[in-house]
Amino acid sequence: MLTASQRLQAFANPTRFMALSGRLVAPLGVLTAAVMAVGLYFALFASPPDYQQGETVRIMYIHVPSAWLSLFVYSVMAVASGVALVFRHPIADVCAKAAAPIGAAFTFLALVTGSLWGEPMWGTWWVWDARLTSVLILFFIYLGYMALRATIDDPHAATRPAAVLALVGFVNVPIIHYSVNWWNTLHQPASVFRIDGPTVASSMLVPLMTLAVGFTLFFVVMLLVRMRAEVLRRRVRAMSLRRAEG
Amino acid sequence: MAEFFHMGGYAAFVWPSYGLAALVFIGVIWQSLADLRAQKRLVDKLETRRRNRKPEDGA
Amino acid sequence: MGRAIAALIARDLRLAVRAGGGGGMAVFFFLITVSVVAVGVGPNLSLLAQIAPGILWVALLLSSLLTLERLFQADLEDGTLDLLAMGPLPLEAIAAAKAFSHWLTTGLPLLVAAPLLGLLLNLPVNVFPPLILSMAIGTPALSFLGAIGAALTVGVRRGGLLASLLVVPFYVPVLIFGVGAADEAISGAPPGVMLQALSLLGAVTLASLVIGPVAAAAGLRAALK
Repeated sequence: MLTASQRLQAFANPTRFMALSGRLVAPLGVLTAAVMAVGLYFALFASPPDYQQGETVRIMYIHVPSAWLSLFVYSVMAVASGVALVFRHPIADVCAKAAAPIGAAFTFLALVTGSLWGEPMWGTWWVWDARLTSVLILFFIYLGYMALRATIDDPHAATRPAAVLALVGFVNVPIIHYSVNWWNTLHQPASVFRIDGPTVASSMLVPLMTLAVGFTLFFVVMLLVRMRAEVLRRRVRAMSLRRAEG
Repeated sequence: MAEFFHMGGYAAFVWPSYGLAALVFIGVIWQSLADLRAQKRLVDKLETRRRNRKPEDGA
Repeated sequence: MGRAIAALIARDLRLAVRAGGGGGMAVFFFLITVSVVAVGVGPNLSLLAQIAPGILWVALLLSSLLTLERLFQADLEDGTLDLLAMGPLPLEAIAAAKAFSHWLTTGLPLLVAAPLLGLLLNLPVNVFPPLILSMAIGTPALSFLGAIGAALTVGVRRGGLLASLLVVPFYVPVLIFGVGAADEAISGAPPGVMLQALSLLGAVTLASLVIGPVAAAAGLRAALK
């Protein structure tokens, strides 16, 4: 049973969150659009083709930020899950749940753009390269997390299992990455491809960093929107349950 | 301009990347906003119904 | 406490034997999967020999998933888990004991069956020892990591399928190091890399012995509330 003060706190936090996030979404959205526009301008118009990769280097400006975000979003999810597990903070649970589909979207984007870059560069759509493989497994972990969330109707019952899964995944992702790396150096013929060949030129750094910031802002805005929807969904659920009880 | 779209012969790889990124971004935006709007509508409906049903409670 | 754990394991073993044994089904599934893959790949013996460690490990991994669903579910349904949770043992110890019985009833029979299936796949003689060794070291990790998935999905519709989907990504390091040890023997590399694979596999197993019970207990606590 919850005490009266706990109930009040559980209610107050989402309310304060809704008020604050409501004020943040629109200005942050505008800022995101602006940064993305600048980033796209540099990525497509104002940067030269790479001397080795040619125009395909422009795929990297989408691919690399997506891959970064896929890991960053997972970290956010893991931290939120830890807070939800230890402090029973309802907003942290909402945050972890809302972040997962966005993270999965970035992971998907990283995979497909990696493939689109691989075909002209390596001559094949897919390489069981250490990075691609561990990103693919990260994608599976995201999907598993979302599937677990989807099968448990009661959001409060889902908090603990989902948080445990996210944290176990967080511990495992480095292990998986290390193992895939080990496996890859064992099997990959060295002639196929070396990624540490060219150093990053500064002309590449500007579009890359701008778009990385844009992607991060996009994540923050969409996270807020999804969290708002989730808070409302839980409110609807509580209200209909109360009505059903009489 | 044609040269720009040609992407040094890599148009078939560069443009799908950007197109797919746009699709994914728009998809996330659309789905998130639609969900938010739907939940808002549900909350409004439930709240008006509650207000109409028991005005005598005073609560 | 030690006696309580032993009693719990003995109980699970008795139940497994009396219920016809999930382990028997797993071994049957193991046999069928390996045969079907061999039929699918074709009767080329030298090709089969080359990919045998991979086939055997993947089939082993899938077979061990089969019995995960019942790991905690039966005990939750008939209330045994509630009683156990009220008893003197911490939930972590209960989860560890149940994962260990799962290994005894599933992992161990699969391990025993593996050499026979190796013969079917024309596995070279010198690869048997490293392969069996890697399976002996790696299969406990399958049970202890599997316990996490089983605990998280214990009260869920179609929990067995979901548990498999959740757990398989975490099995990847076990698979890689397990197959890696045998692959080294096939390619005739010096034993150094094989020892590296085996010790890394051992590290993964040790980590799963810790992470598994802790995470599974946290998942069970949610189901018991």
